[in-house]
Amino acid sequence: MSDRTLFGKIWDLHRIRSMGEGRDLIFVDRHILQETTCAAAFRGLQEAHRPVRCPTLTCATQDHIVSTELNRNAASNRGGRELISLMAKNAAAHNIRLFGLDDPRQGIVHVIGPELGLVLPGSIVACGDSHTSTAGGLGALGIGVGTSEVEHILATQTLVLPRPKTLRMSFEGKAGLGVTAKDIVLHALGTFGIAVGTGHAIEYAGPAIRALPVEGRLTICNMSIELGARLGLIAPDDATFAYIKGRPYAPQGALWESALASWQTLRTDDDARFDRELSLDISKAAPQITWGTTQEDVIGVDQALPDPSHITDHDRRERAVAMLDYMGLTPGRPIEGTPVDIVFIGSCTNARLSDLEAAAAIVRGKHVAPHVRALVVPGSSQVKRDAEHKGLDKIFTEAGFEWRSAGCSMCVSINEDIVPPGARCIATSNRNFENRQGPRARTHLASPAMAAAAAIAGGIADVRRFA
Amino acid sequence: MKREPFQNFSGIAAPLPLKNINMDAIIPAPYLRTADADLAHGLFALWRYDDQGHEIADFILNRPAFRNATILFGGENFGCGSSREAAAWALKRFGIRAVFAPSFADIFYENAFRNGLLAGIITHETLAHALALISDNPAKASFAIDLSNITLTGHDGQKLPFTVPDFRREALLRGDDDIATTLRCADNIDAFMAHDRLNRPWIYETGMTP
Ligand code: SF4
Repeated sequence: MSDRTLFGKIWDLHRIRSMGEGRDLIFVDRHILQETTCAAAFRGLQEAHRPVRCPTLTCATQDHIVSTELNRNAASNRGGRELISLMAKNAAAHNIRLFGLDDPRQGIVHVIGPELGLVLPGSIVACGDSHTSTAGGLGALGIGVGTSEVEHILATQTLVLPRPKTLRMSFEGKAGLGVTAKDIVLHALGTFGIAVGTGHAIEYAGPAIRALPVEGRLTICNMSIELGARLGLIAPDDATFAYIKGRPYAPQGALWESALASWQTLRTDDDARFDRELSLDISKAAPQITWGTTQEDVIGVDQALPDPSHITDHDRRERAVAMLDYMGLTPGRPIEGTPVDIVFIGSCTNARLSDLEAAAAIVRGKHVAPHVRALVVPGSSQVKRDAEHKGLDKIFTEAGFEWRSAGCSMCVSINEDIVPPGARCIATSNRNFENRQGPRARTHLASPAMAAAAAIAGGIADVRRFA
Repeated sequence: MKREPFQNFSGIAAPLPLKNINMDAIIPAPYLRTADADLAHGLFALWRYDDQGHEIADFILNRPAFRNATILFGGENFGCGSSREAAAWALKRFGIRAVFAPSFADIFYENAFRNGLLAGIITHETLAHALALISDNPAKASFAIDLSNITLTGHDGQKLPFTVPDFRREALLRGDDDIATTLRCADNIDAFMAHDRLNRPWIYETGMTP
């Protein structure tokens, strides 16, 4: 057959049988646990006296609730201790490898998955967290699941899922100055909206995707959830294979050779048909920044805020009024220059080494504006060490940034890193919903370089002026 | 585990017809911090309580007529955002047994059924009709849900249709647990793994031990 999509090839390879009604029983190659969505799953297993089916295909990390204090220890973050120790107990009881708080390989689940070689092209990776879609950047299917499914995978190493439809999103043109993977995906959100991918697996394709470094592809696939899809992926290529080779849990020697031969067939056939095709030319896009409280409410940094009086559709107008009010913004004014209180560089979207390097390049030799609190939270303990090895921590701290330990931090406000009520934060994470970063927090999503520029300028700034 | 089978029922329906009601709104992150948080209290917490923790009087679930709602009418793309299953739990613990909306986000949709919560898809016209019935007479915001015949009926007696896939409906009616169903296919899983291990040995030889 020469008419299959990449998604279809991977899905079919994992399909054990049909379960009727368009649902398939799917094998899960790697199951990664995080502390906030597995406690009830383990309790369920215990109550039903069910064992973990494949402990060696399962691992665990602690990222959401952990303190990101620089020299954190077991006494940090009172609020999180219960779930942290519960997970350690469950992992030990079921023989599961835990990359816990004090492990050098600890980090945000979607950062350590690729980093440790747990995510492999053509594999299916599942985790009780929606941004598991990040794995698609290496040509894997990353499936975010809820706690009941975590329990289901623990007990069976499988999932029962309806086969999603397919959507190819092609990105044409060459990215302009200051336009990163984050800007590309935000631009897609602004163009197609946050529901475009519902029920679909998205394949990102086209020259602008091919041109992205591997970590940028992880950023794009990370935000598949924001586009409404559960899955997003990019065909692997030589850059992908080079990225994976030699990582701690990647295959080695003869195993590597046979894996590589198989991975090289992982692409969509020329005659394949998608249920839906979209394309977007990114060559004219400016660096992007969100202004509202969903990710589709995004504009170029050189644009003006929307003016609801110019919006004819009643619902859209009402929503724009409410969002501008929540965000404390004046309609029609340029977004550039809006003062910010907090700058957060972190999260599974944008806290890999290349993200920190991009931010550091803007920050080097400059200083954070006096009224701004700026934080850098590496995505993993490994990213933190690599960055320190390159001296990035010095660049950040000398500029007045806080340099913190790895975790989700201010992305989800579930530990002590919280944006105060009414404060304005420019964040490199993926969600700008009301109250996401703390009650009444105002969030603007942007790239690491844009966030860095805002920290220095003290307000939303066009990063191209810093180039 | 066996769940309670879903029974037809009548209950108060609360209208919350906003688009894109996301998981962070349904159950804010602080309620995910411990294994035994009060999720019923946390449901829509940032909309229900002010900074001092006092109820915001005009939020729909705080209004006397809707405090005991067991049905929710939501807007498009209900439950978007994160994969937190606690959203479904919080709705259930509060007492909500069915949510109707023109569309649901994928992950919420599955979590709902998995936890015995009915997520029924209705047309915009049906939603508008239901909302009008409630706003006409908030004291008569009761709807009867008939899952066998896939209808909901308000105080005007008109049977409104909704959509629910057959297998979800049957699982709800039977009170089936997913794991038990899958474990009936254990032989298929074993055979798949035995064969797959030969084709993709690198998947299985992980060296991953504690
Ligand atoms: S960084 Fe944010 S989006 Fe990513 S896994 Fe953590 S909480 Fe979720």
